[in-house]
Amino acid sequence: MKLKLERRAAPSALVSGATPVLAVIATMIAGGVMFWALGANPAEAIRIIFWDPLFGDFASYTRGQLLIKAGPLILIAIGLSLGFKAGIWNIGAEGQYIIGAVVGAGVGLAFYPTESRLIFPLMVLAGAFGGWAWAMIPALLKTRLGTNEILVSLMLVYVAQNILASMSTGLLRNPDGMGFPGSRNIARDFPAAANPELIAGTGIHWGVVAALIAVIFAYVLMTRHRMGFQIRLAGEAPKAARFGGVRPRRLILFTLGMGGALAGLAGLFEVAGPAGQISIDFNSGYGFTAIIVAFLGRLHPLGILLAGLLMALTYIGGELAQTMIGMPAAAIQLFQGMLLFFLLAMDVFANYRIRLGRTEVKA
Amino acid sequence: MQIMIFGQIDLILLLASLMVASTPILLAALGELVVEKAGVLNLGVEGMMITGAVVGFAVGVNTQSPAVGFLAAALAGALLSLLFGLITQYLKSNQVATGLALTLFGLGLSSLLGKPYEGVKAATLGKMHLPFLSDIPVLGPILFRHDPMVYLSILAVVAVWAFLTYTRPGLILRAVGENHEAAHALGYKVVRVRLLAILFGGAMAGLGGAYVSLVRVPQWTEGMTAGAGWIALAIVVFASWRPLRVLIGAYLFGGVSVLQLNLQAAGVAIPVEYLSSSPYLVTILVLVIISLRGQHGAPGSLGRIFHASS
Amino acid sequence: MNLLKSLAGATALALGLAGAAAAQDPVKAGFIYVGPVGDGGWTYEHNQGRLAVEEHFGDAVETIFQESVPEGADAERAITQMVLAGADIIFTTSFGYMDPTVAVAEKFPEVKFEHATGYKTAPNLGVYSARFYEGRAVQGTIAGRMTKSNIIGYIASFPIPEVIRGINSAYIHAKKVNPDVQFKIVWAYTWFDPAKEADAAKALIEQGADVILQHTDSTAPQAAAAEAGNVFTFGQASDMSEYAPSPRISSIIDNWGPYYIARVQAVIDGTWESDNTWDGIGPGMVKIGEISDAVPAEVKAEAEALRDKIAAGEYHPFTGPLNKQDGSVWLAEGETADDGTLAGLDFYVEGIEGEIPN
Repeated sequence: MKLKLERRAAPSALVSGATPVLAVIATMIAGGVMFWALGANPAEAIRIIFWDPLFGDFASYTRGQLLIKAGPLILIAIGLSLGFKAGIWNIGAEGQYIIGAVVGAGVGLAFYPTESRLIFPLMVLAGAFGGWAWAMIPALLKTRLGTNEILVSLMLVYVAQNILASMSTGLLRNPDGMGFPGSRNIARDFPAAANPELIAGTGIHWGVVAALIAVIFAYVLMTRHRMGFQIRLAGEAPKAARFGGVRPRRLILFTLGMGGALAGLAGLFEVAGPAGQISIDFNSGYGFTAIIVAFLGRLHPLGILLAGLLMALTYIGGELAQTMIGMPAAAIQLFQGMLLFFLLAMDVFANYRIRLGRTEVKA
Repeated sequence: MQIMIFGQIDLILLLASLMVASTPILLAALGELVVEKAGVLNLGVEGMMITGAVVGFAVGVNTQSPAVGFLAAALAGALLSLLFGLITQYLKSNQVATGLALTLFGLGLSSLLGKPYEGVKAATLGKMHLPFLSDIPVLGPILFRHDPMVYLSILAVVAVWAFLTYTRPGLILRAVGENHEAAHALGYKVVRVRLLAILFGGAMAGLGGAYVSLVRVPQWTEGMTAGAGWIALAIVVFASWRPLRVLIGAYLFGGVSVLQLNLQAAGVAIPVEYLSSSPYLVTILVLVIISLRGQHGAPGSLGRIFHASS
Repeated sequence: MNLLKSLAGATALALGLAGAAAAQDPVKAGFIYVGPVGDGGWTYEHNQGRLAVEEHFGDAVETIFQESVPEGADAERAITQMVLAGADIIFTTSFGYMDPTVAVAEKFPEVKFEHATGYKTAPNLGVYSARFYEGRAVQGTIAGRMTKSNIIGYIASFPIPEVIRGINSAYIHAKKVNPDVQFKIVWAYTWFDPAKEADAAKALIEQGADVILQHTDSTAPQAAAAEAGNVFTFGQASDMSEYAPSPRISSIIDNWGPYYIARVQAVIDGTWESDNTWDGIGPGMVKIGEISDAVPAEVKAEAEALRDKIAAGEYHPFTGPLNKQDGSVWLAEGETADDGTLAGLDFYVEGIEGEIPN
């Protein structure tokens, strides 16, 4: 007797929907054991992580926070998914996020303290441009010289971090900040440039709106537009793509550019809203976490939307578990890792059928 | 010994310290190279390194033997990579996401395991002065007065190169990485080969991590590998998947990292912002020059899921 | 817009009531940390302070904390969630938490906030910091006496006033006891990267430094010095006594416990008021770790005398005559630096070579 995997012609919709639920249940069991081993009440810990952010005592606050946390993740992941689908590996979204924030905030602060309705839209453009330009470095090196984009985009993250540190202590440093590092607080002190909460208490700011638009845009692009078709073709059958009239250079420039621009936008919305200012440690890993979100969402716009919300839930829930029952941050990381493992492993049921027995069945 | 002087920097000492600085990335990158040669992309290097760092340190402290610590670190790295291997190879999960999850998992696991070892001092690995060789003027101190792991890492480069180039298992491994369908059709056990490669990659990452916690720093603190695993991944790409170039890449990166600090210490008038970005910029620049010659060499099946449709 | 504002106010009020209702239990003190409690340096010492609070008050006080909280939006949420969880006083322990703390403090006027190393205060928000430069003066004195090569290495993190104060203070006092002394400064551009700190220490040693001062948190430089031999170091943030008596010959210890206990006590007594505390060696917020036997007795005595003079308030480490790096006069004979200038210090004193990156 042997277990055999048999590929499904198309992923099963029913199972696709059921596997995440199964994965969460499996994580609750495995995570519960871990929490128990750490001396916590497993049921309480799991309730705090998965239930309380949505329906707990402070849910009116934490629900909005879910959107604040998920917004940038979704926005970046959507951009990345276009490239990943085409087999183009931008793993430097963190750098593009930083540069978008720096350029966008820089443009805004240049107008301080002018009050004009035009400043914020201009910053949005500048943020997208910053991220786009930073992504164009690996894109152009790849299209012109054939340099591998994985290395270039990743290395540029570290360069971007140095630029960020330099800007925080130099050019963009708050002149009224007593010499401390960090820019003026855009969200608090510069209303014309701020990205405020649009409806109080909901957590919705322009970045969340942009993330939703990006989801719809990507959905339309991938299903209705020629570019989407080319992206899928290039990823699934590179050779056929070349015969099918796909111009690889254009594809590289488009997907890396989109990824960069959306990451840059995410950075701008964050710096002008929830974060408020440029500082040495402004970036907190959204660009890397978004890679997980993109794949967890199976590179599908709606999947990414859900994956982003789920990741945000584990972050917020994890924080609550730290505050409420003193769970170490490390245990939360381990728990997140487990959840991801289970989610990814359970994908097998959506894509494959499991058969028992010796006989081989032709699909 | 002040024979070769570059500005105010003693090149001999610089070379000696770059060998130490580069060893963790070299070990981890070499492991990842074998994994990728087999067609698997494991982005969890950082997670395996940090786990190797904590287990190596803990065992090294408890046994008072760095050597046993290194062995345990290799084992721990391999065990963690087995998790990745089982999920990606048998359950056909996406490798990129699984690798990133492994990094999260490893970071969390290591800091839980490491709690009792914060602020503890470990026994250090002695220097191995190779007889006669270490007395050679100029070159002796650079090349032959290191700890054994430095030599082992270089030996490992040669061994991996020879294995991939000249041995039959090495050939099979490359075939599996280039085209898993063809390899499968030829009767090779694709999944088994890949699992072994993944285990090797995990063990090497574990060794690299333990080198940080047992030799280079040496201490245990949370998150102490501070991104070295990511650099190791980049070095594999830099090397165009060739073992000898991994050595060059790791030494280049480690070298510029050490050099920029030396230049600062020597008071060279280059703005610090540029200096601290230089390791990354130089690596990009050199890769650009290499890629002008049009060599890529990424294994054909890299990152793709293999399913034996018999 | 007005409607939005009043809505926001109503939410804040509702949330605030939730916070107040929970305050019946023992006093709850919250701590927000920028790193993991196991970093062995900055966050580790703040957590030691928290543990001191727990030990001192027993069941009368409950403490909660959250570690590795990124600055910005995550910090604001973490602080708010602590308020919602019923915290009566919250210590936010990194400069980057300044604006998030201010924002939350505005929403919850009945909760007390304490922000470390910042400068923005409010009726329910105090700030506190330590005069680490006082400790640097003692270090500089020992370093100036102990160096044989007359080259002192300094591993700096980021070019911010806190770090620049430390460099200046150490240099002034090293120079005072040893006019030939020269500082070599490496900017690591990180607070915490043990491998990089080890490399920086090695680079400085190769450049002839035989005493290393550090403004980064790991013990990696200590280990590098131990390996090189005949190089001395100082513990930073925590005592790092595992490297005593040599290479670690003394240390600056961040000692937050007494302050935390006092502030929590004030909340219990109902006497808490917004403060602007900048304490040094005198009140015990900065401690000089045991000067080891590797230091000659007369140097030890000299360093301890300086420490005691600073503690007693008889001596200020930044006392004129002092010139800026460009030779212009900063402080005239007998003049001492005011806290405002010190808080935003962005220049080297005369004699230090190199430029501050910006």
